[in-house]
Amino acid sequence: MRWVEEFRDPAAIHAAAAALAAATTQPWTIMEVCGGQTHTIVRWSLPELLPPTIELIHGPGCPVCVTPIEIIDQARALALRGGLTLATFGDMIRVPGSRGDLLSARAEGADVRVVSSPLDALRLARERPDRPLVMFAVGFETTAPATAAAIEFAARERLANFTVLASHVRVPPAMAMILSDERCRVQGFLAAGHVCAVVGTGEYPALVEQFRTPIVVTGFEPLDILAGLLLCVRQLEAGRAALEIGFRRAVRPEGNLAARAAIDRVFEVIDAPWRGLGLVPAGGLSIRPSFASFDAVRRFDVEPTVAAAEDRRCHAAEVLRGLLRPPACPEFGVGCTPERPLGAPMVSTEGACAAYYRHHRPPPKAAR
Amino acid sequence: MCLAVPGQLLERWLGPGEIAYGRVAFGAVRREVCLAYTPEAQVGDYLIVHVGVAIQRLDEAAARATLALWATIDALPEGDG
Repeated sequence: MRWVEEFRDPAAIHAAAAALAAATTQPWTIMEVCGGQTHTIVRWSLPELLPPTIELIHGPGCPVCVTPIEIIDQARALALRGGLTLATFGDMIRVPGSRGDLLSARAEGADVRVVSSPLDALRLARERPDRPLVMFAVGFETTAPATAAAIEFAARERLANFTVLASHVRVPPAMAMILSDERCRVQGFLAAGHVCAVVGTGEYPALVEQFRTPIVVTGFEPLDILAGLLLCVRQLEAGRAALEIGFRRAVRPEGNLAARAAIDRVFEVIDAPWRGLGLVPAGGLSIRPSFASFDAVRRFDVEPTVAAAEDRRCHAAEVLRGLLRPPACPEFGVGCTPERPLGAPMVSTEGACAAYYRHHRPPPKAAR
Repeated sequence: MCLAVPGQLLERWLGPGEIAYGRVAFGAVRREVCLAYTPEAQVGDYLIVHVGVAIQRLDEAAARATLALWATIDALPEGDG
């Protein structure tokens, strides 16, 4: 077992595509929740293998994209205070806030470092115990366990200079929000496989029941996507709505109990804003008061978030809700590119706009 | 930030606080990974790793069952789309 090549095997992919074509008799609109899935779909040109009546809508599953602009502003203001180090993931330093991104804060003298793990930030804090270090941590249930580990390890070591500016969000409540939108066209979901690898599938039966919408937990290779679509379409064609796991090599119904327990010890569930979606009930995680000394918001008296304006030219809110396809955006590839992004979906490696820009860029518009 | 590719555990050791760590190969790239949430992982196992922490161990029997599903469906004749 090589774990990747088998799930990219052309013969298996064509067999799955043929089974999907045979199962499809009418139009269906299906949303893949996760940005990693969007990238697979676009990179492998999977829509060309699908029956023409199946439409894929790209979901909001890009953690960088849904981090509220106000929190980027908070991180930037904190970094610019000086006297501290702000560490964050590489994708985050290019995401525009209302007054610029973290890269521009670095140009103004702020000490902004890129790390690939909150545990790397913890290491930086250990190396310079005299200097405050703030880990700006974002992400879904996939990333929250790493942040929880960093906070618990820091607590155990009594590492007083380590704090976290946390903006972790929870995916199932956002799916409920999308389904509640009266403009919603989603008839079935491919749920985010790695989120479920951590938290399991416990929240989905209620969603399936309430919205009568099939949910298929799906992986990230081309064969995984086609298998997820087949399971979803078979349900839709039969008039059924159920929860199915199409990614059993990674997802057990209970998820990862140790990781879930760590999330529960460190975080509590709160209503949280998602960039593009608005306030999502139970859509986020906040550091519990018992770990208050590791919460950068409390330690540094970070000003409460004030609603900040998005760049008016950016249509990310519609893209994240699946109401606009990236290439249909008037700024796509013209006023908005990965080098000069107007919004987060063009920045992140998981953003839908970046996926299209990278893999399916149309030729430059001809001069008139 | 979300790395979808699984990595193989090459070695493991106990770090501070009795927390397990390991070296994981993602193709040619190797990096240190925290095994706090997958303490059962053994050398040779494939893991899903997010931002430096293993979040799940992959189940080979389940993977083979998924692949077997497609091996039993006859591929379409050439040129039939």
